[in-house]
Amino acid sequence: MSFHRFDYDVIANWIEPGERVLDLGCGDGGLLRYLGDVRQVRGYGVENDPARLLACAKNGVNVIQIDMEQGLAGFDDGFFDHVIMSLSLQAMRNTQGILREMLRVGHEAVVSFPNFAYWRHRQAILNGHMPVSKNLPYEWYDTPNIRFFTIADFDVLCEQEGIVILERLAFDEDKVILDEPNFLASVALYRLARKDAAAG
Amino acid sequence: MQQAPQSVGTVVPQRAHFTEPLPLKSGGVLPEYDLVYETYGQLNAARSNAVLVCHALSGSHHVAGTYADKPGSEGWWDNLVGPGKPLDTGKFFVIGVNNLGGCYGSSGPNAINPATGKPWGADFPFVTVEDWVDAQARLADRLGIERFAAVVGGSLGGMQALSWTLQYPDRVGHALVIASAPKLTAQNIAFNEVARQAILKDPEFHGGHYYEHGVVPTRGLALARMIGHITYLSDDAMGQKFGRTLRHDKPVFSYDVEFEIESYLRYQGDKFAGYFDANTYLLTTKALDYYDPAFDYAGDLVAALGRAKADYLVVSFSTDWRFAPSRSREIVYALMHSDRRVSYAEIDCAAGHDSFLLDEPQYHAVLQAYIDNIRV
Repeated sequence: MSFHRFDYDVIANWIEPGERVLDLGCGDGGLLRYLGDVRQVRGYGVENDPARLLACAKNGVNVIQIDMEQGLAGFDDGFFDHVIMSLSLQAMRNTQGILREMLRVGHEAVVSFPNFAYWRHRQAILNGHMPVSKNLPYEWYDTPNIRFFTIADFDVLCEQEGIVILERLAFDEDKVILDEPNFLASVALYRLARKDAAAG
Repeated sequence: MQQAPQSVGTVVPQRAHFTEPLPLKSGGVLPEYDLVYETYGQLNAARSNAVLVCHALSGSHHVAGTYADKPGSEGWWDNLVGPGKPLDTGKFFVIGVNNLGGCYGSSGPNAINPATGKPWGADFPFVTVEDWVDAQARLADRLGIERFAAVVGGSLGGMQALSWTLQYPDRVGHALVIASAPKLTAQNIAFNEVARQAILKDPEFHGGHYYEHGVVPTRGLALARMIGHITYLSDDAMGQKFGRTLRHDKPVFSYDVEFEIESYLRYQGDKFAGYFDANTYLLTTKALDYYDPAFDYAGDLVAALGRAKADYLVVSFSTDWRFAPSRSREIVYALMHSDRRVSYAEIDCAAGHDSFLLDEPQYHAVLQAYIDNIRV
């Protein structure tokens, strides 16, 4: 799934120059390259798809081939300033496990995902079909996405897991949505921390 | 546009003699020594395009190309090095060196000890990965190479590449550490020990001075190689290649060759015993066993890597159980936690440890992509 520049900019704004950043499911390394350019981050990507790994190598970004579903064993606690997972959480089986791991190895996590409750998606369902859109570009029979959830759902999960939402931005295409994001936004970006870490 | 891969063509080994004594990690010293090496491509005017390729247990300085009038004499990593290949000799000046203690022309047990006029035999001192790197650095000095664009190696060669970045951090731009480990496991040392015992217990070993007796401990060396071969292949690869195929189509209740795998192992063992030196095998397996850059740091590999300055590519293979992916990941995580730039590819390949010598497409594509980004 390709990233859009507005995502890049939002994430870059949440990151201080020179930070250590881990990008889970880093694709072709485009975001890491961007963060290297504008924030001079020490960036590492995680990718398990051979073609995308190769694209990262061509892009000259650090990429580590492991299966995130197995967690991040081998990564030290709190080593990274930010751990990013952009538009990949919906394709992970071990949702809660990876969120815990992100906030174990990072001080903060950045998560973005397509909002299944976006009005166009609701409309598609009302019309009797699974939604196919810019942010959910797959047919039901070939989608890599296995978790379909909404902004409202994710808020509940964060509460349940003791995760503090430091910031949340919702978008329709590249427009910020302030009212009724669960209905009007196609993508949401979250900046997250552990409750204990955020309190201290 | 990418050029079609070609051979580097006919190559000629060269020899460098060193008279400055080399202090060894064991506390011993080599008063003088020879290194045999080959080079491919041209050193550029800035002397910034040199790449050192380090060999593993049974390798040599003959990395690529062929010898004149010797068909089938391709170097051991010929698929990697040459015009249009991942390590492109149109861009890089590539060097292969036979390590000290080797049996292909560099000073080693089967060479003449200048002090006695007889083969060194068992008197050749123990050499370590660090000693090899020191010797390679002197060869680099001789060739006018202050800094390598990259040091590349698989298996034991990968240990040398890693060690280069710790011993000479200012002299290496990139290290490519392939199918390797930060140190051997007990199981891995155990395989080496069985191989050594096979040689040491051969009646024709004569305490390592078999040259004077005009014999070679071929039975021990062949056994050592057979054990090695089992561990270099995966269960699947062996199963696919040999299965339970019987030479006589049915059991004949004999200790002669019946299963095809027996035939293969005996052939490989005997062939190896015909050209490799048993003392070199002993020395080299000990060098493998001793290698442990974290030893002086109470086992803390991150601390050991603290002085490194290079960028790294680490590669492992899914079915390699002698140098398993988990061992490569140890290197990767330690490098990452040392704030080194590092990439890691785990290649899906059925051929076990031997995979690193093959040209599996994803493997070579990753090498090519990484190497293409190395600036000279």
